[in-house]
Amino acid sequence: MLKSRTFLKKTRAGGVMKIVREHYLRDDIGCGASGCAACGSAHEGPVLEPQPLDRVSSLCPQPHYLLPDTNVLLHQIDVLEDPAIRNVIVLQTVLQEVRNRSAPVYKRIRDATNNQEKHFYTFTNEHHRETYVEQLQGETSNDRNDRAIRVAAKWYNEHLKKMSAENQLRVIFITNDRKNKEKAIEEGIPAFTCEEYVKSLTANPELIDRLACLSEEGNEIDSGKIIFSEHLPLSKLQQGIKSGAYLQGTFRASRENYLEATVWVHGDTEDNKEIILQGLKNLNRAIHEDIVAVELLPKNQWVAPSSVVLLDEGQNEDDMEKEEERECTLKTAVSEKMLKPTGRVVGIIRRNWRPYCGMLSKSDIKESRRHLFTPADKRIPRIRIETRQASTLEGQRIIVAIDGWPRNSRYPNGHFVKNLGEVGDKETETEVLLLEHDVPHQPFSQAVLSLLPKMPWSITEKDMKNREDLRHLCVCSVDPPGCTDIDDALHCRELENGNLEVGVHIADVSYFIRPGNALDQESARRGTTVYLCEKRIDMVPELLSSNLCSLRSNVDRLAFSCIWEMNHNAEILKTRFTKSVINSKASLTYAEAQMRIDSSTMNDSITTSLRGLNKLAKILKKGRIENGALTLSSPEVRFHMDSETHDPIDLQTKELRETNSMVEEFMLLANISVAKKIHEEFSEHALLRKHPAPPPSNYEILVKAAKSKNLEIKTDTAKALADSLDQADSLTFPYLNTLLRILATRCMMQAVYFCSGMDTDFHHYGLASPIYTHFTSPIRRYADIIVHRLLAVAVGADCTYPELTEKHKLAELCKNLNFRHKMAQYAQRASVAFHTQLFFKSKGIVSEEAYILFVRKNALVVLIPKYGLEGTVFFEEKDKPKPRLTYDDEIPSLKIEDTVFHIFDKVKVKIMLDSSNLQHQKIRMSLVEPQIPGISVPTDTSNMDISEPETKKKKLQK
Amino acid sequence: MAGLELLSDQGYRVDGRRAGELRKIQARMGVFAQADGSAYIEQGNTKALAVVYGPHEIRGSRARALPDRALVNCQYSSATFSTGERKRRPHGDRKSCEMGLQLRQTFEAAVLTQLHPRSQIDIYVQVLQADGGTYAACVNAATLAVLDAGIPMRDFVCACSAGFVDGTALADLSHVEEAAGGPQLALALLPSSGQIALLEMDARLHEDQLEQVLETAAQAARDVHTLLDRVVRQHVQEASILLGD
Ligand SMILES: [Zn+2]
Repeated sequence: MLKSRTFLKKTRAGGVMKIVREHYLRDDIGCGASGCAACGSAHEGPVLEPQPLDRVSSLCPQPHYLLPDTNVLLHQIDVLEDPAIRNVIVLQTVLQEVRNRSAPVYKRIRDATNNQEKHFYTFTNEHHRETYVEQLQGETSNDRNDRAIRVAAKWYNEHLKKMSAENQLRVIFITNDRKNKEKAIEEGIPAFTCEEYVKSLTANPELIDRLACLSEEGNEIDSGKIIFSEHLPLSKLQQGIKSGAYLQGTFRASRENYLEATVWVHGDTEDNKEIILQGLKNLNRAIHEDIVAVELLPKNQWVAPSSVVLLDEGQNEDDMEKEEERECTLKTAVSEKMLKPTGRVVGIIRRNWRPYCGMLSKSDIKESRRHLFTPADKRIPRIRIETRQASTLEGQRIIVAIDGWPRNSRYPNGHFVKNLGEVGDKETETEVLLLEHDVPHQPFSQAVLSLLPKMPWSITEKDMKNREDLRHLCVCSVDPPGCTDIDDALHCRELENGNLEVGVHIADVSYFIRPGNALDQESARRGTTVYLCEKRIDMVPELLSSNLCSLRSNVDRLAFSCIWEMNHNAEILKTRFTKSVINSKASLTYAEAQMRIDSSTMNDSITTSLRGLNKLAKILKKGRIENGALTLSSPEVRFHMDSETHDPIDLQTKELRETNSMVEEFMLLANISVAKKIHEEFSEHALLRKHPAPPPSNYEILVKAAKSKNLEIKTDTAKALADSLDQADSLTFPYLNTLLRILATRCMMQAVYFCSGMDTDFHHYGLASPIYTHFTSPIRRYADIIVHRLLAVAVGADCTYPELTEKHKLAELCKNLNFRHKMAQYAQRASVAFHTQLFFKSKGIVSEEAYILFVRKNALVVLIPKYGLEGTVFFEEKDKPKPRLTYDDEIPSLKIEDTVFHIFDKVKVKIMLDSSNLQHQKIRMSLVEPQIPGISVPTDTSNMDISEPETKKKKLQK
Repeated sequence: MAGLELLSDQGYRVDGRRAGELRKIQARMGVFAQADGSAYIEQGNTKALAVVYGPHEIRGSRARALPDRALVNCQYSSATFSTGERKRRPHGDRKSCEMGLQLRQTFEAAVLTQLHPRSQIDIYVQVLQADGGTYAACVNAATLAVLDAGIPMRDFVCACSAGFVDGTALADLSHVEEAAGGPQLALALLPSSGQIALLEMDARLHEDQLEQVLETAAQAARDVHTLLDRVVRQHVQEASILLGD
């Protein structure tokens, strides 16, 4: 068994509890260089090129490999990812340290290693007999790892010398740690800092821009005075948090005021939940989303949140006195009641930096290479970067990563990562909104794609095990037009006993995505497919989403079926679940399905099946509504795109047909049936979805608004709410009901995924169901894949795996899924907003009817039903005299000069695109009617093209 | 923050082994003179001692005697200092009983019990240090002890565990690997005939993967056999030299 291998055994011991682990050392680990005779028979295929000559370094003219240390990998990953950098040796020691310190970087390195073009080789040095080092007495594990890296670097150089004397292949150790570098050179290892090496690559000057500029500790340039106080080390912070001296929380910068931020304190204590930080020194270099430790200031230094809008506009630099002046403007006299707990940041527990999108503000000094970068997200401070290509980057959307924020610098330091393209360009802007909402959208990696089935794919005998053949059933799918990822299909037929059999067939995605592999991990990370106005970012590769999983007509597809036996009153008599094979007879659109149902001449099996479904769906819906399910409304916008330019040419609100709700009804039923089943089988780790009832205070605005129109909305139960919404009708104002429903939607809580073992409240408020989950869209939601796996285990069709039955892992997953869903929603909204802008850019200025949705202290939020567009009409502008504004919170109403505005009032607004700020273009609305002298703008937008929208409007009214 | 990586991309396990490799095995036979047979085995850091008495007359109630074959009595215990965390495990707790039962099943299948009707064979196994694969170590130790006692067996019984991580079957799980919670399989094999004396698994595993895991465990058990065979031969050689003197 051990064959010719020799094993040496070492044990590691340590800690309070004695842990003894075996550690085998081997002599069969190859160096990875192709052409190495000594390692010829070693396991791994050679990865490193025998003659890496593509890089010409002025420091090292010979062919060479790179061997970076942990910090270089962590901080200079942008450089390492550049196509110019190839043939890199990644030591196991380094990789493990990276893995423990940064999951994102670890993933990027793995991707690079899997990319064959990069020639990255992972050397398992900890198990190699000649490169393993033992921790010495008194040596820290950091020092030990540094030594291990040097030993490996030395071994490599000697090993390669043996390989061939004349070609002088060398391994260059890259480290930014000065002491480590000195030691390496002493030991005869060629070593450079990352910066030295990159600068020596004369053929690739652009790489220098991507270098992270890290002021190495110890040789901090003492230019300028210290601005910020020191961050305390983690150990002190933890001590302080334990003793209660400091509070731990998430740092949230203000969007409006760069000198202000709040910290959400973690934990359950009611008081001091939110702490205000004001002034640069108190913010102390924390950046939005960082986890920080704060110290509360004495009560006499507490402040109130300022309502001032302050943008960081100063160009150059470190002018702290001005800042202090500005800070003073924040401290307006306020009543004691308004004062909030105020604090200052004493240290950073964890940075949450990501690469930021934004634009370069070129330095005024012509020759300067230092420039400030303004992120698109206003909560992120400006970042100082060094680049030689400032003039090409001007007017472009670029990505910049933060490297650090020294104590003597007004701004954090960063480096240029990538140029996305010209501002305003559709593709650039889409990229920006995906990045800013953290939507993973890179093409799927090779590792992921390699797990896809090989084409041509067909169902084999083996797949039929544990699967029912339902190809004979008359199944069809009903979806929006142009849908290529068909998750669900339906059938309905009469049984011999007179009852009805209804089947919901869902794409069997979990057949293709096996737990734990790269494809699964990537899908879990993405969490959901993101639908933008003209782009879809798939959760799973297209081969699956649009082909193998998609339940297209007239092909055999694998499905997971939920089949009920029902009587004609839509009462469920039997439920069963089975994996199946189906062959859909038709892929219909909602309109086509509706047409078939309504047509008196069609009587084929598909149509009868649809009619049966439709009939049952109506009964189901009625029952659901009687139970108190809410039918809410949110205006959804659809763009009609020009087929060539892909510019939006028309905006339309979505139409709803009976067939929409028919499909929806059965999806709900399937989800509920599955939820019951998996909870029955796995009471502790079923993945469910809940929708908490909103706290009564959420409804205040709705009740008040209705009251102003003499209507009463009851909100004690979902049923009461649904009923009173149904009764809230006005003959003179038919749109009122829709408005109320839109408003009610805004009062709702967010529905979330959760693990059944971690929660006690399962109720789904909106659907009035005691239990709910997501089963019906596994192609575009990861939650459904987990639910499929659970259900498959429950019915004995598939096997379980450890993570599936671990509730903490499941809770962790739910957290990510909830985050991704929220972000997908925001990205979608941002995409709609961007396309709305494009639309109005081409349209010019238009006037439209609108309804007031909310009144604010200095603005009205209005909804334009024609476009389903919501916007804000501001009454305070920078350079204009302020009108008299009186805000009444009780009614609620806003009095402007002498005109009073209530919620739901009908107004007319002018809509136009405001491009004064290139980075933040927006739709600006201003009041046209009712006329208020000096405030409203004239109706006559004469010189603009107004005739065209007018005719459009008429068309729509028909 | 990041959990333990059981199998690296390069194909190495936490302790540096590849997927199908066993831990280092060392064994000695005849460690106690008083017993009829005894053996000590180390599989990595798992250490087990086995002692065999018999065949002898039935102790206690005669009614337990079997007319056609010998009764195999197995008792398992583990030393309080065997695990990282010290726990008092009284004799006869659930885990020990279960292990005893499994050992008994294993050896009833291997020992030629019909040669000693109405008699009894006692096998006592104690685990001195546990680091994964205790069942396998017990079986292997007991096999050597039974051979040492000169009790005829159909074949060696060689046992090994196997697990399943990221689509790869791992042989001879260490404690760390067992604790990760994946499916585990314990197999006791009669290597010459390929017959299975005992197969046990305590988590759900898809049948498609079972074959791979089973084959890995079987191969590992055959590797164990090669080793134990060498130990036995060496022991016999030493013994014959002693006798020759
Ligand atoms: Zn070599």
